[in-house]
Amino acid sequence: MEKYRIDQSKGIEFGLYSLGDHIPNPLTGERTPAQQRIQELIEVSQLAEQAGIDVFGVGESHQSYFTTQAHTVVLGAIAQATSTIKLTSSATVLSVSDPVRVYEDFATIDLISDGRAEIVAGRGSRVGAYHLLGVDLQDYEEIFEEKLELLKKINEEELITWEGQYRASLHNAQILPQPKNGSLPIWRAVGGPPASAIKAGYMGIPMMLTTLGGPAVNFKPSVDAYREAAERSGFDPKELPIATTSLFYVADTTKEALQGMYPHINGGFQAIRGGGYPKQQFAQAPDTRDALMVGSKEQIIEKLLYQYELFGMQRFMAQIDFGGVPFEKLMKNIEIIGNDILPAIKKYTAK
Amino acid sequence: MKIVALAGSIVGSKTKTAISKVVEILQEKYPEHEVTLLDLAEYNMQFSDGRNYFEYDGDTKYVTETIMSADAIVIGTPTFQASIPATLKNIFDLLPVNAFRDKVVSMVVTAGTSKHYLMIEQQLKPILAYMKANIVPTYVFIEEKDFLRKEIVNDDVLFRLERLAEDTVMVADAFAEIRAKKDAEYDF
Repeated sequence: MEKYRIDQSKGIEFGLYSLGDHIPNPLTGERTPAQQRIQELIEVSQLAEQAGIDVFGVGESHQSYFTTQAHTVVLGAIAQATSTIKLTSSATVLSVSDPVRVYEDFATIDLISDGRAEIVAGRGSRVGAYHLLGVDLQDYEEIFEEKLELLKKINEEELITWEGQYRASLHNAQILPQPKNGSLPIWRAVGGPPASAIKAGYMGIPMMLTTLGGPAVNFKPSVDAYREAAERSGFDPKELPIATTSLFYVADTTKEALQGMYPHINGGFQAIRGGGYPKQQFAQAPDTRDALMVGSKEQIIEKLLYQYELFGMQRFMAQIDFGGVPFEKLMKNIEIIGNDILPAIKKYTAK
Repeated sequence: MKIVALAGSIVGSKTKTAISKVVEILQEKYPEHEVTLLDLAEYNMQFSDGRNYFEYDGDTKYVTETIMSADAIVIGTPTFQASIPATLKNIFDLLPVNAFRDKVVSMVVTAGTSKHYLMIEQQLKPILAYMKANIVPTYVFIEEKDFLRKEIVNDDVLFRLERLAEDTVMVADAFAEIRAKKDAEYDF
């Protein structure tokens, strides 16, 4: 776990992440200017650090309703604005970028942040980036596998000699700058079904698993499959961290949390997927067994501890601004996380 | 209420004739509702490539967005090789998984032989159920002999189409009422 900068004696890590959501506020119809949204995000990272939150992530989504397409640039600004919080992508759509360039960017963020940078590499859940950046969706699977292998190799070796199908070959190439301590934690972003989790396991790479909603137990097969595959491939699953992620909204009471989140989750789904979030399903969400992180602080703590029992994960990442949750609400969420949620979950999970 | 009548084929006249009749009945019986006919023969649709439906251009965007904005949809389909035509399947492929949640869908099917009577049960209803439609259970099956020169000549079929139009509106009304009642229970 040390290799991935995880100290289990301190208990489960809690992180926040954003894809730079930029949809009109469903309650007012007004849209914050992109510049303001980005600056708010940087401020949120500072508040998160002050609240004792462990990790802050920024992801890229190349379509309308998002602002952090250049997520590495935003992470660079956050690296400068903060001093202790870990910084990660959430995720980097590796398929549409050059692994060498991605590594250069994150090694630089690692230097700016004095050794706090991590990469979470994913395939993206939408096809927009592929069209925009000229990557053939036909080779979707293979491109990602090849690029992730190269990224891992760059992280592990000093002089890179490599040959593949989707990028020019490298001969004794030195990738510079090097991160502060020689390597970066690199995670693989995994969606719901086990197939992708199994690939992460075979590769022996940490897994960040999205559990956006529905019964948490539905994601257990992916966690088990990941550890089994890692073991079959000769890795020790105990040395491989797992992170889970979900949409997040906490308030003083369940009612307040549901009222605060619903317009955003519904509006966000409507804007991005073309269909809203069913109220009936949302009404079930505060249940401890449901993966969607909405509820009072007691409910959120219960959910996290329940999932910790279930998955034994080392980190939880909360997507805090889905559907354009406004800045003042984010501040309130961070306050509750720092004051109540962190102390409780750390206490129960510290080893 | 917005009702969309969809003719699912780009060839032939039977499905178009039948679905046009449904539109005529709906407009006559329910002038308060907005009825839109989408005849796929009149549109140039792209094959689904994984994008969100609203990210397409032109006809593909128009047709899918019109369907998604409907409260009720009457689907007319011919029978090709014991199934629905590819043109209709493409519409489903273009839409999101839960596209028909909170929508009512009813069906009219035409076929060259009575032996295709259960095609809808085996081929179309499972897709609609997967996509979360509130399906009107009874559908109207129309054979070749029921048409003469682009007119329906079987009175039984005409009566049944009338009942289908009524059922579609009635079921949509009922579900809207149930939903409103259920939503009122939630305090968010």
